[in-house]
Amino acid sequence: MSHFDEAGAAVQAALDAGARYADARVMVCRTESMTARNGAVEDLGSDESAGLGVRALVGSSWGFYAVPDLSEPSARAAGRRAAQIAAASAQVAGPPVELVPSAPVVASWASDCKVDPLSVPLSDKGDLLVRATTVAKEAGADLAQAHYAVWDTHKWFVSSEGHRIDQHIRECGGGVTATAIGEGEVQRRSLPGQYGTRGWELVDELDLVGNAAQMAEQARALLTAPLCPAGETSLILGGSQLALQIHESVGHAIELDRILGWEAAFAGTSWLDLSKLGALRYGSDLMNITIDPTFPGALGSFGFDDEGTPAVKRHAVKDGIWVGVLAGRDSAAVAGLDYAGSVRSDGWSRLPMVRMTNVGLEPGPHTLDEIIAATDDGVFMDVNRSWSIDDRRLNFQFGCEIGYEVKNGKRGRMLRNPTYTGIGPKFWASMDMLSSETIAWGTPNCGKGQPGQVGHTGHPAAPARFTNVRVGVQG
Amino acid sequence: MSAELQIAAKMIELVRELAGRSAEAEVTVRHDALALTRFANSAIHQNMAEATTGVRLRLHLDGRTASGSSTLTGADGLRSLVERTIAAARVTPPDPSWAGLTRPAALHISAGHPGSGERSGLEFGFDEATARATPGERAERVRAFVDAAEGLETAGYCRTGYVSAAFANTAGQAVEGRTAEAAMDGIARTGGADGVARLATSRLAELDGAVLGARAAVKARAAAEPAELPPGHYEVVLEPTAVADLLQNFAVFGFNGKSWAQKQSFAELGAEQFDPSITIVDDPLGSRGEPAPGLPFDDEGTPARSLVLVREGVTRAVTHDRTSAAETGAESTGHGSSTSRSWGPFASHLRLEAGPVSSPGGAAGSPVIAESARPLVARMRRGLLVTDLWYTRVLDPKTLVVTGLTRNGVWLVEDGEIVRPVSNLRFTQSYPQALSPGRVLGIGAESVLLPDSWSRGRYAAPALHLASWNITGNASG
Repeated sequence: MSHFDEAGAAVQAALDAGARYADARVMVCRTESMTARNGAVEDLGSDESAGLGVRALVGSSWGFYAVPDLSEPSARAAGRRAAQIAAASAQVAGPPVELVPSAPVVASWASDCKVDPLSVPLSDKGDLLVRATTVAKEAGADLAQAHYAVWDTHKWFVSSEGHRIDQHIRECGGGVTATAIGEGEVQRRSLPGQYGTRGWELVDELDLVGNAAQMAEQARALLTAPLCPAGETSLILGGSQLALQIHESVGHAIELDRILGWEAAFAGTSWLDLSKLGALRYGSDLMNITIDPTFPGALGSFGFDDEGTPAVKRHAVKDGIWVGVLAGRDSAAVAGLDYAGSVRSDGWSRLPMVRMTNVGLEPGPHTLDEIIAATDDGVFMDVNRSWSIDDRRLNFQFGCEIGYEVKNGKRGRMLRNPTYTGIGPKFWASMDMLSSETIAWGTPNCGKGQPGQVGHTGHPAAPARFTNVRVGVQG
Repeated sequence: MSAELQIAAKMIELVRELAGRSAEAEVTVRHDALALTRFANSAIHQNMAEATTGVRLRLHLDGRTASGSSTLTGADGLRSLVERTIAAARVTPPDPSWAGLTRPAALHISAGHPGSGERSGLEFGFDEATARATPGERAERVRAFVDAAEGLETAGYCRTGYVSAAFANTAGQAVEGRTAEAAMDGIARTGGADGVARLATSRLAELDGAVLGARAAVKARAAAEPAELPPGHYEVVLEPTAVADLLQNFAVFGFNGKSWAQKQSFAELGAEQFDPSITIVDDPLGSRGEPAPGLPFDDEGTPARSLVLVREGVTRAVTHDRTSAAETGAESTGHGSSTSRSWGPFASHLRLEAGPVSSPGGAAGSPVIAESARPLVARMRRGLLVTDLWYTRVLDPKTLVVTGLTRNGVWLVEDGEIVRPVSNLRFTQSYPQALSPGRVLGIGAESVLLPDSWSRGRYAAPALHLASWNITGNASG
């Protein structure tokens, strides 16, 4: 069933009410999630949401209104309300707003999916999580948890410039976590929660049951492992943690709305200065970061963004030099750029804004084994436990679930509470070895915007080594 | 009867028709209206509004539990929600932790409040003018904030909204209520330095953009050209905006009944874990004449009430939903939510009780310092005045060691006077340890209402003077 007519009615109503540009998205979303704890299902939810959001540009001011009613009269009323809100914005108007060109596209796109996640029987899914947590519990976890989540989203987008695009995006993923509780602290090990624009085959590949025992054994062992020592050393990050490092210290920093100050009061700004685009050194020559919503199966993949711009791969960092940003049509025009393509919203009731798609590190020439073999003295860390970074995306401190000493080219003792800290460009400049073993990690919980939106982003990454990093920061 | 309660009643009828009378069901219906006018570079750049009605059903059938929600509230949508939730409940594994339904119980707001009753909180502290605020009224406050900053770059938001909600279950509980809220949060910027002002309220009329904009501008100007300080342990005065972060982390990780039951929380009931000057209360119904910031019942239909979590330094309670309460032999404290079975029940209206009024001295006249913090700063021999905390994340839930950064203004204070602005600092600090016996040197005389940065929760926070705060990094790393 198409909803182009309702979206079109909203757009036309906004134009009739004085907008010089308008677009509207109808979204019908189904989500399903389940959690299990210690061998029993803890929560099962199945949610359905449908509505329309319309954006109107009146003069140089934006307005947005959203309704859960998909009737055409309601859509027209929403279009008028969006234009009224835009008119109120003019009470505190900014500079003229322009939009970089976007060829009107009439198209349809769907993500690849071998096994529809919503077609897998709930009993099978429940049995999987119950088994995984039972295994982890029996292997020594004080608390064993497993989960999965499924998102099934249909979108119909219409703009006043002639775009008519429908998309069907299916995403899913899951994970298993074992927690060991000691006298003074808690230790946790997770099979990194992995998510993608894929079908249930992704969850099958995770082998939650097969990995559960190891998670429990490692969590238990961490309680008595030595603390990660404090000092400066060579740091080897596993791919999962490097994905988070990319997300926080590159992905958010290259968001053009942050660079322009549009997020200054909440998410923050960026240390990047637009006048240095194309010349600023972001990291070592090994650092090649791409913005790639075409990456097959990654969590930030789509056919078109929420402004109707087709998905295109481009570099954000090339041979260590900053060369690209995540942009929308209005922010790109302000910055004097000729591309957009990174605007999304987390649902029909939220304003589309600049968001990461798949921001990842291109593979390097090494393997993890080679990196460890080449390291005389260092620490290996993986799987994020805590993350914190300043509002300019410079000063970060990350904690990982597990660490290991690396001595004389071999992985040694397990280390507990491993943390590392640094300043973004200095850290990236110290990357001297990079693996080719890339996995497209998914982050389904990226918060941004007011009111808050939760974004789904992908981060292709492989293990890498960084030199002279401060590790072992403790409270 | 509200439209929401009518939908809830219809859902209960549908459950009985389609699942039989043995099914246990609870239904929450919420109409959420939210409008947020956002500004940056001293102009409104995002301006949104939405109005959504959502229905959530939790069903326990033959020992198995499933839940579902929908924004499709027509007859077909409601029937579809009931049918698919029944289908899900029939095939999921058994749920041994099901804690049953809330029995019929009167709301705690019924006595002495005009317009409210045992089952209805529709008129309790509800400000119609806030609920019906226009984009123009929000823009007026933004205009005033921008103008008051006198040429400094500004950014932030003005938000208004209301919730009208109802709950019904098959055990006979049926309640309804409404709440309205407004908030403003903005910064002024100059030379790379930011100053902030924010306020939450139940009445839009109490938000004065000019007052907030002027306060943010004063702070920004005083924060320009900051110096760098080395890591170490510093005495601090945390302004209310920073203290709100402590309350949020205490709520989510410390007083969370599920975390406590799983021994992942520091909380020990009956133990003197805090300085005797510390009393923390969850107050969803408001106090001292202020309208209720929350609904008068939770998502399990349990009537909301004031809950003392810490009294004079002694941990007295943690927050429970029906599941965590049943697991620990306690009673629900009215903190059930759609996510509390997974994430645990936590409070979203914490108040740290203000300290006694004391006469200011020393830095008393400085407009850079929040008024209630001035007497605390005046008594600080050498330490930091911290406006705001940012991006705080828990390193260990048991000890509640948190890392994060300062934001929106930090100053070095010597002998009660501000000496110079300081660039932002990273800290790694156990929050309960910072407030442990003997470490709280003073509490401001006013608890300021502040909005949560992500949800619609809000906190009442005074300034805090603490003996030690562990600074672990600065702008250089």
